[in-house]
Amino acid sequence: MELLVFLIFAFLAVAAALVVVAHKNPVYSTMALVFTLFSVAVLFILLGAPFIGVLQVLIYTGAIVVLFLFVIMLLNIGREDSQIAGHKAQLFFALLGAVSFGSLVILALSSLRPKVLAPLTPELVSLKALASTLFNEFLLPFEIIGLLLTVAVIGATVAARRPTAEESAATAAERSIETKEARP
Amino acid sequence: MTQPLALPEDDHDGLFADSEEMELSFGPQHPATHGVLRLKLKINGERIVESYPVIGYLHRGTEKLFELHPFFQNIPHTDRMDYVAAATNNQAYVGAVEKLLGLVVPPRARCIRIILAELQRISSHLLWLATHAIDIGAMTPFFYTFREREILLDLFEDYCGARLTLNCMRPGGLPYDLPVGWTGRCAALMADLPGKLDEYEELLTNNRIWKKRTVGIGVLPPEVAIDYGVTGPMLRGSGVRWDLRKALPYDGYDEVEFEVPIGRNGDTYDRYIVRMIEMRQSVRIINQCLEKLPEGPIMAKRPRVMKAGKDAEIYHGIEGPKGEIGFYIVGDGTPNPYRCHVRPPSFINLQSLPELCKGALIADLVALIGTTDIVLGEVDR
Amino acid sequence: MNVDVVVTVAKIAVVLGLLLQVAPIMVWVERRGSAMMQDRPGPNRLGPFGLFQALADAVKFLFKEDVTPAAADKPLYLMAPALALLPAFTTSVVIPWGPNFTWDGKEYAFTVSNADTGVLLFLALASLGVYSLVMAGYASNNKFSLLGSIRASAQLISYELAMTVAVLAVIIPVGSFHLTDVVAYQRTNTWNCLLQPFGFLVFCIAAFAETNRLPFDLPEAESELVAGFHTEYSAMRFAAFFQAEYTSMAALSALGCTLFLGGWSLPWLNYEGMGWLGVALGLGTLLAKVGVCMFVFVWVRWTFPRFRYDQLMRLGWKFLLPVALLNLIAVSAMTLAGWL
Repeated sequence: MELLVFLIFAFLAVAAALVVVAHKNPVYSTMALVFTLFSVAVLFILLGAPFIGVLQVLIYTGAIVVLFLFVIMLLNIGREDSQIAGHKAQLFFALLGAVSFGSLVILALSSLRPKVLAPLTPELVSLKALASTLFNEFLLPFEIIGLLLTVAVIGATVAARRPTAEESAATAAERSIETKEARP
Repeated sequence: MTQPLALPEDDHDGLFADSEEMELSFGPQHPATHGVLRLKLKINGERIVESYPVIGYLHRGTEKLFELHPFFQNIPHTDRMDYVAAATNNQAYVGAVEKLLGLVVPPRARCIRIILAELQRISSHLLWLATHAIDIGAMTPFFYTFREREILLDLFEDYCGARLTLNCMRPGGLPYDLPVGWTGRCAALMADLPGKLDEYEELLTNNRIWKKRTVGIGVLPPEVAIDYGVTGPMLRGSGVRWDLRKALPYDGYDEVEFEVPIGRNGDTYDRYIVRMIEMRQSVRIINQCLEKLPEGPIMAKRPRVMKAGKDAEIYHGIEGPKGEIGFYIVGDGTPNPYRCHVRPPSFINLQSLPELCKGALIADLVALIGTTDIVLGEVDR
Repeated sequence: MNVDVVVTVAKIAVVLGLLLQVAPIMVWVERRGSAMMQDRPGPNRLGPFGLFQALADAVKFLFKEDVTPAAADKPLYLMAPALALLPAFTTSVVIPWGPNFTWDGKEYAFTVSNADTGVLLFLALASLGVYSLVMAGYASNNKFSLLGSIRASAQLISYELAMTVAVLAVIIPVGSFHLTDVVAYQRTNTWNCLLQPFGFLVFCIAAFAETNRLPFDLPEAESELVAGFHTEYSAMRFAAFFQAEYTSMAALSALGCTLFLGGWSLPWLNYEGMGWLGVALGLGTLLAKVGVCMFVFVWVRWTFPRFRYDQLMRLGWKFLLPVALLNLIAVSAMTLAGWL
């Protein structure tokens, strides 16, 4: 039963991930990303980490990808646009990604010591255990991440702020100069 | 003036082709356009950059039809212009013909005309309130106002047999006298109506969401309103005290007491308040008329065949529910008018719409279409 | 056969059976309720009090032509209504519908899933609801639909935040994501709507926005966007959106009742001592509470005008979220101080 669920969602995750990369329409890619993330969340739950699984759905599937979709729809990145980027650039970045991913895999495999992990117990996967680990052992990283997010939020607010009347007048003036210069 | 916008050649693929702006064809099949108005919009997100009303979807050539029929046969054509305010259309048209032919309307007929016209004003405003509220999302006032409008239309039906296209006035007077018991039923409705108006206002006037959607939306400064030739509650909402019933009294409006409400800010909320007060004032007028209703004939002495003199021309405008409804008639010595031009309030008020909705959101647009109170039958004729 | 499996299947059957009844009943309530408020009879020809009208509607939806626009993005267009039903029906798995019951000497909680993550699972699944709206709007290839789905995605994300924060404030004093624990907490103390009135307020407003109900029905605002994201849908696919809306209203009402209104319990009543009667009574109590909430949804819809898009955003970000955050901080402090 577990194996069956695993197989279904593992297959779904990989297949959807392939669609994300391969599909020409960015909207379909984004929708496939939703399936990937959802399937991975199911795999998390199968691995005995329901909290992370649910958070994965709540944050990534439910919020972040929606924003992706929102932006794609607003900008209406059509099929043509995805082909504008040169194949050489694509190839370069694909190779770069492959190399870095491969080295990560090698690193992970080489550092993996053949040791038997303790079987999952209700205490180990419980929220309380997770919380106490997070707030005792990893308190500093946790706080730093919180700070980072706050900085990001403030940055976003500043970036999205509507310009004041004077500022927008100034930019308008600049623009008019630019267009005048641009015209012979 | 706004230039006509070109529609994008391909509506399917390039929704935002080449610019941040999108073309949106709002209507003619749209629930909020009150008929077959079409607006070509250029929008940026939901903000309207430019709008251009496209009219003519209900054009029936009414003005040409006027030339093909004798004066008294043209009254049904006027019914079908502003089809929710037929009585005032009739009144404007027969008033023009009477001026042209020099007919004097007897006092009883004039008094009944005022009653009919004010009933029509109330019914038109009730319809406006219903659709305006439904556009802004409040559906319940619609059913409340239609409940009262139903009784009002019953009164019309009792008088002339029709509920919408009344055909209830004739050059020189009225076709029928009031039926027995009519004044009593009318008085009962008038006694009832102020309470009902309070009921509508309870749902809307102090509602925070209603105020958020109307206060400061579509401000029409008085100078701009006058420049566009806007009339009626639209003009008075901008704070201009101009009402033809007071300024150029006709049909004995100088013999009744009433007040002309004006707005302060010229926004959608002010126009709403102005119309609500106008309904109460209409009730007041009708009550006075019912009280003093004189006895006597309802039709003036008139020639068997009505002919206008050669090159006789006349313009006569009255205060309809939506603004100044006027008829310009030229005679050529035959029983038919040589030319008849209508000054339709809806058409002229509609011209201010692009001005009103500059920079507004799509949600505001429906409120603004509602507040201009247009009837496409009159815009297109 | 395994008793656990039987019990789980039975629980799923009960919950699903209840949820499937929501839409027809609500259609009737909405019509007759609005008619009552608007001084008119409403549909009264089919069956007693027009009760069979919903049945007639279902038949109509089944037999109407299912139109797919030529320019639509077909796969997404066809998938969207199905996706709309998914969160609506799955979220209710974590709701406790009554007191624990014993079967074959073993005690079971009256929830389909008693997962550790409880209410988080609800929020996670509910957050998937936005995809169907966005897909429907995009795939229809209609400008009004697109505007509707853009509104929907912005609105749902904004109000999800406020709602999540309001829910978290309930969780803190309870110390558990289990909704059964939330109900138990309210039985020993008092209902959370009295303990956290501001959280309750935020939750209620957010619930209206999350279910696209007036005054927040902007994604489908019929006077502005024709019908918003489902403009192009007809027949059963349209009915699927309809059903999803009512079902998610019911699910959110059940969550709201469980979090703030004591769940399936009434004060001073000992359900445990009554055996199966207690279970039935608990279920009945929760259903009655949900019914009241649903009626409030209907009542508000026929009373208020609609907000504007920017006003909605302002309300969400500048009023609801700060209030929810302040409420969270206050509740945390009070929990630390031991007052809650």
